[in-house]
Amino acid sequence: MDRAAVDSSIRSLIEPFNKKNVPIEEGTTFAGDLEFDSLTVMDFVAAIEDEFDIIITMNQQADIETYGQLVDAVNTLQN
Amino acid sequence: MNDHSSTPGADSSGTPAAATDLFSKFDPLIQQREQLLAAGMQDPFSLVMEKVLSPTRAICNGRDTILLGTYNYMGMTFDPDVIEAGKQAMTDFGAGTTGSRVLNGTFQGHRECEDALREFYDMDHAMVFSTGYQANLGIISTIAGKGDYIILDIDSHASIWDGCAMGNAEVVPFKHNDIEAMEKRLKRVPEGAGKLVVLEGVYSMLGDVAPLKEMVRIAKENGAMVLVDEAHSMGFIGEHGRGVAEEVGIIDEVDFIIGTFSKSVGTVGGFCVSNHPKFEIMRLVCRPYVFTASLPPAVVASTATSIRKLKHGSNKRAHLWENSRTLHQGLRDLGFELGTKQAESAIIAVIMPDLERGAMMWEALLTEGLYVNLARPPATPANMTLLRCSLCAEHSAEEVQTILGMFERAGKAVGII
Repeated sequence: MDRAAVDSSIRSLIEPFNKKNVPIEEGTTFAGDLEFDSLTVMDFVAAIEDEFDIIITMNQQADIETYGQLVDAVNTLQN
Repeated sequence: MNDHSSTPGADSSGTPAAATDLFSKFDPLIQQREQLLAAGMQDPFSLVMEKVLSPTRAICNGRDTILLGTYNYMGMTFDPDVIEAGKQAMTDFGAGTTGSRVLNGTFQGHRECEDALREFYDMDHAMVFSTGYQANLGIISTIAGKGDYIILDIDSHASIWDGCAMGNAEVVPFKHNDIEAMEKRLKRVPEGAGKLVVLEGVYSMLGDVAPLKEMVRIAKENGAMVLVDEAHSMGFIGEHGRGVAEEVGIIDEVDFIIGTFSKSVGTVGGFCVSNHPKFEIMRLVCRPYVFTASLPPAVVASTATSIRKLKHGSNKRAHLWENSRTLHQGLRDLGFELGTKQAESAIIAVIMPDLERGAMMWEALLTEGLYVNLARPPATPANMTLLRCSLCAEHSAEEVQTILGMFERAGKAVGII
């Protein structure tokens, strides 16, 4: 799966968590723009992990602040 | 360049730089607390017990209060033998050890404590820490190193999370008590990496029990080592009071059991028991064990006595379970929302609609003469506000009925039921 495909897949996964329909751009932040609390983060991460059959450890999550960084990380992890 | 005589924080022009108050990050919490207090409510987190009368009674605000929010499950704090052992040790060994376990801080009492634990759990090794918090902190951060994976329940206790944060392992949480979520994550760990699965027997916020039988089996099938925190089950769950792992028949599969003395045992301290053949090396490499003073002689003497007495506490255990079931059924019949469908442990969590009414209910109960634990986010799962009731084997059947009456009056006054 190339980066564009990863992007589109994550875009559909984020929908149920994006309660306020915040427009998703590369620089959109999870804590600030999307107002994800720790529980939402866990459920969202679990959804991505199951979709791509990967693990995104807490250590890796600590470095992911924006949507673009998440797509990059998943794109790398799937290989 | 390095002029120590200049004003700290001053730049080259001599104007002091604007200081950043490191405490500003706590402002939202300070504000929330002030709002609660401004509404005339008593601060639920600064209650003082002026006098403690027994495991189940204390004087709070000058009033005789029933204690339903301690972890004194087996009522050992006032056991005459436990008190006597402590007094004798204080006389014979002094007030403190003034040293680390690995230097001058191991007295005969520490050894006796570890002997009592080995017998209680029927395991080869036992290591006593100064608190339960340090036991989790030390063991987890030490055994899971760089490149290893810790797979843990998202609702794990703070001491487990802090053990993860202190070490260098990769940390992978899974949804609370979700067997499938745990298994999926275990199977995705890169081949060859070390794996530690961390579980709790009883989760202390809702008082619910983990499906240890399935989880431990799956962990073992996937080549993981397993650590189970049995802090809230020791003394009254399982045939010998060894916890949920014993109750469901998989204790032999568990590599490390973590526990505490500050609950059923009635003192303070923590421990790890294990059958791992190399376990003793922990005493040299585990920093929260090495770089802190050991428990005082009175504490270890009381503890060893208490553990030995807990082995023979089957009548008390049965009464504790009766109390827990009666309270659970009674609160449910009154219309309160509870954390579990049945009583799964000695903790009954009453779910409050929000923090404000939770604090009001807490205060109303205290005015009735009942102390319970108010638990709030971030300590609680799903941002819940909880009134946590923990029962004691020393609560009489009549006291449990009195408690139910207090809950009924307070709940109606606050408008929760």
